[in-house]
Amino acid sequence: MDLKDLYQEIILDHGKNPRNLGKFDNYNKDAKGNNPLCGDNVHVYLRLNENKKVEDIAFEGHGCAISMASASIMTDMVRGKEEKEVKEIVTDFLGMIKEKDSLETNILKDDEKTKLMSLSGVKQYPMRVKCATLSWHTLTSALDNSDQIVKTEE
Amino acid sequence: MNIDDIKREFPIFDDKIQNNDLVYLDSANSSQKPRVVVDRIYDFYTKEFSNVGRSVHYLAVAATNLYEQSRVSVQKYINAKDKDEIVFTKGATEAINLVANTFGQKYLSEGDEVLLTELEHHSNYVPWHFLRKAKNIKIEFAEINDDGEVTLEAIEKKITNKTKIISVSHLSNVTGAILPIKEIVQLAHSKNIPVLIDGCQGAPHLKLDMQDIDCDFYAISGHKMYGPTGIGVLYAKKKWLEDLPPYQGGGGMINEVKKEGITYGELPNKYEAGTMATAQVIAFNESIKFMEKIGIQNIEKHEKELLDYGLEKLRKNNSINIIGNPKEKGGVISFTIEGVHPHDIATILDEDGVAIRAGHHCCQILHDKLNLPATARASFGVYNTKDDIDKLDEAINKCKKIFNL
Repeated sequence: MDLKDLYQEIILDHGKNPRNLGKFDNYNKDAKGNNPLCGDNVHVYLRLNENKKVEDIAFEGHGCAISMASASIMTDMVRGKEEKEVKEIVTDFLGMIKEKDSLETNILKDDEKTKLMSLSGVKQYPMRVKCATLSWHTLTSALDNSDQIVKTEE
Repeated sequence: MNIDDIKREFPIFDDKIQNNDLVYLDSANSSQKPRVVVDRIYDFYTKEFSNVGRSVHYLAVAATNLYEQSRVSVQKYINAKDKDEIVFTKGATEAINLVANTFGQKYLSEGDEVLLTELEHHSNYVPWHFLRKAKNIKIEFAEINDDGEVTLEAIEKKITNKTKIISVSHLSNVTGAILPIKEIVQLAHSKNIPVLIDGCQGAPHLKLDMQDIDCDFYAISGHKMYGPTGIGVLYAKKKWLEDLPPYQGGGGMINEVKKEGITYGELPNKYEAGTMATAQVIAFNESIKFMEKIGIQNIEKHEKELLDYGLEKLRKNNSINIIGNPKEKGGVISFTIEGVHPHDIATILDEDGVAIRAGHHCCQILHDKLNLPATARASFGVYNTKDDIDKLDEAINKCKKIFNL
């Protein structure tokens, strides 16, 4: 295990200065997620236009550097993408965090993949995987209009 | 007492953990186990095992005697009047659930109030919440002050003529505040209100005298007292155990079972249904003996020295904010670092073998009050040294460096 894999510069940067933090007015989908184990929570807001494209996305919440960076990078990455594409990215990301060595989707450009792969260090820290995945599960829940609050504990 | 000798009695410190010497600062969560406790479990299972209280063969009689010897050891250790006032449970959580359930059944009805404090562990809130749902009772919370203490006055302020029971921590697992439990009991008794003390953090660190404290109930966690998991104790005054209904039904707790009715067993069997955690109960006796051998006064003194040293050291470390400043405080230091989330602190400290806890420590009400989602916590046991605190401080500095603080 190496802390440098976990706390890469990009994670520290996004963790300290999360992009897209704060609710915006004309969102039409949102969902909450929390991690009961540590009390962290996230609320994802997004606006899908008539073409099912993510026009805008933001989040509110608090958590560790990993969870804040993950939400920050995620929101950056899915803005402007179609719902279908967003879902593919989410599935690909969660698959990578769980088991795969790399990202496979063609939707993301190489530099975007590199950015996302900066979160792959959590694989070595099983207790911290939930920190990285909470905002992604919450995004899925928002797209699916689920009223259920996403929980990392079953 | 020689800490190096004491530490050698704990096998966990024999080997490196992830290539580091273990700096274990999570004893408020659960303590490590001395060899005598681990060996006792092994010996019981390999040489002496039988179920207790049922058969008449040699092993059964011997096991029953061992089991009952543990009860007497606990009774003496906490200076209870009678051995029948000691009920073994699976933990302090079950002990509190037992009281909430049975006392609630018999004595609580709609509109009655249960008085807790804002610093209670979830295990001393959720069982009462069940009653709030089932019986429409009210739960009141005595407030903490700015130092993270609950004073006698704060308790008194929330007592009304509807208050039917008061249930409070002995020692906070977050701020470390030691509550004035004897005074709380006196005040409550002057108003005919019984008191339950959640002694999870009190029992491992403070001298206990049930007859002096005079509380009605006291819940103890075995695994925080250098004992096995799966074992706890409910101390309850005999009048309550005789008066309240049984908690769980099953074998061992009955007197006579007929198709038309059942009579329950005598104390303490009435509250110990089914096969108990026999090996753990028997090994718990070794934990008590271990603590007695060192002496609780020595444990208290040692942990106080560590606490003073730790507070001084961490206060000097810039950007550390220590949670609470109680005048009477046990060996718990909860803290935050400006700009680093407690979970990141815990992960980074772990890299150097420094084991702390991060999160809300099962005290969300308290963290809401403090307006903090999470804190980091270092807590002490008898095996900790000043060197452990130095390593904590160094690891915190490493953490600050990673986060460019």
